[in-house]
Amino acid sequence: MTIVGSSNYDAVRGRFGAFGGAFVAETLMPALRELEEAFEAAWRDPGFRAELDELLTHYVGRATPLFLAERISSKYGATIWLKREDLAHTGAHKVNNTLGQVLLAKRMGKERIIAETGAGQHGVATATACALLGLECEVFMGARDVERQAPNVQRMKLLGARVRAVDSGAATLKDAMNEALRDWVATVEHTHYCVGSAAGPKPYPWIVRQFQSVIGTEARAQMLERAGRLPDAIVACVGGGSNAIGLFAGFLADSDVRIFGVEAAGEGLSGKHAAPLCAGEVGVLHGAKSYVLQTSDGQIQEAHSISAGLDYPGVGPEHAYLKDSSRAEYLSVTDEEALAALQELTRLEGILPALESSHALAALPAIAKQLGPDSEILVCLSGRGDKDLNTVLDALGMS
Amino acid sequence: MNRIRSVFEKAASEGRSALIIYLCGGDPSAEDSVALIQAAFAAGADIVELGVPFSDPAADGPAIQLASERALAAGASLRSVLQIARDVRAESEGALLLFGYLNPLLAYGPAALSDIKAAGVDGLLVVDLPLEEASELREEAAQCELAWVPLVAPTTPAERADRIAKTATGFLYSVSMTGVTGGACESLGEAGARARKLSETSGVPVAVGFGVRTGGDARDLSQGGASGVVVGSAAVRAIAAENTTEARCAALGALVRELREGCEAN
Repeated sequence: MTIVGSSNYDAVRGRFGAFGGAFVAETLMPALRELEEAFEAAWRDPGFRAELDELLTHYVGRATPLFLAERISSKYGATIWLKREDLAHTGAHKVNNTLGQVLLAKRMGKERIIAETGAGQHGVATATACALLGLECEVFMGARDVERQAPNVQRMKLLGARVRAVDSGAATLKDAMNEALRDWVATVEHTHYCVGSAAGPKPYPWIVRQFQSVIGTEARAQMLERAGRLPDAIVACVGGGSNAIGLFAGFLADSDVRIFGVEAAGEGLSGKHAAPLCAGEVGVLHGAKSYVLQTSDGQIQEAHSISAGLDYPGVGPEHAYLKDSSRAEYLSVTDEEALAALQELTRLEGILPALESSHALAALPAIAKQLGPDSEILVCLSGRGDKDLNTVLDALGMS
Repeated sequence: MNRIRSVFEKAASEGRSALIIYLCGGDPSAEDSVALIQAAFAAGADIVELGVPFSDPAADGPAIQLASERALAAGASLRSVLQIARDVRAESEGALLLFGYLNPLLAYGPAALSDIKAAGVDGLLVVDLPLEEASELREEAAQCELAWVPLVAPTTPAERADRIAKTATGFLYSVSMTGVTGGACESLGEAGARARKLSETSGVPVAVGFGVRTGGDARDLSQGGASGVVVGSAAVRAIAAENTTEARCAALGALVRELREGCEAN
């Protein structure tokens, strides 16, 4: 069955056009099927949706505001609207997905939740949902990230989660995901794997997109109410791509709305970066066919970005489809440009954005220039930057 | 007949299980791999599963992850693993099964399967390619006369296992337990019996792997009725503990002889 207006999603094959699928060990296939069926049933169930909506409203604080950022609007030369996911509980959009998945896991009778995390935001959001809903939580995190992101490690522990430092491979996010998959293969009967991005094998990209689509649904209604029209363009940062796909989902059918995804160019696309859509190739990683960073031999390469949340060599398959079909345009900005945008928003609007979200902000001058001064641009401010203070101060020589 | 299928017929006619040894290509070097594969055959292995190292082996436990890392650090790739196969084939008629993840095969390009066949490999097992995703590569393997070896797991429902078994042209690989390679399987006898049942209903040989370490484990599986016994992590660990090619071959040879005796203890 193909769902029209939904990135040509083939639910049976789990494909967005040529991308997606389920490239995993056989042991996991029955669990993925079970998850897919449980999700479809829950998503159709008004009771489940009401329970989730109740949490999103009174626990997360949704709807998150749409803020007209006047000072950067005059600076960048277009009207800039910020979708304030940084104001959601736990400080980022990640909680939209973890509450949905943990609620679903509970409904499925699972007792234990595992998750992978890079910067720790998804780990914190998962631990939060588990604390609230009373499930056991174990978070896999690369040993290098455990060191780099110590405050989030402490937060997860306070929330009652176990944090497992992963030493294998390069000891970063992709290795944490490998280790979570390995754990899940052995514990699949009573454990749910709460994937944090719109990536991974079928049905994860679809599930995460649906749980995150609240961003786009709200933002679209808010734009119509506040601006009296749809934006000319929407912009979001793309690592695995969950905040972006959540925003984009609300506007895919609006063909006049241009869609921009912004990847991390790190030290530049000719050097170390995390921009598989802009400078990678098609491959298979963590269960899905999409764009990846790889050697000519098909070995996955380490990504680099100053933003740990974008530091991933793959990307969700729906983004690969949106790129190839030209429905969305993908750009990249460097570490340095993201840092400058972070400072600019902080100084001009009094909002300290996450380094991830700063990538979307950094693309605004170029997009505004392209669209002209009368244009309205909606940006997903996916998270707040408190977690990045050390990184930012180090990079700016202020620590 | 494909070497892999003949191996199972011969083993069955001798009233024993076939012995399949996994080695990671290029661990710790290409030269070592060639010598180790020959040593495994000489000590009684019927099939060598030649692993293509991958940067993200999500279905493998620590022993094979480390083997993969050692091989990659030494510069291994699908290309160099195929050279290992050619070097082995120049001197041996032992059956070779290429074992790996999908991405290195895709990156190699459209000539991958014909080059694999031309290197003297007899069959293909792609661990992250379940039934729903496999048809394209499976058809290509058939055209190249490479035996196709799919996996079933303890979590696989019976009806699905039957459908998977129908696609096997080499043998069916039955995973003994829910977990990654190198874990512990508590009831190998049961896994052997499950394999026998699968083999009877499907008509294809069924080999059991994951968590098989010792001659005693091989005996339990063999007596349970498995057509074949697969040992990977234990073989890789035996090699990793030694410092010279000779010592590695000797350690592997000793393990393979022990396992072979287990396979014959019916």
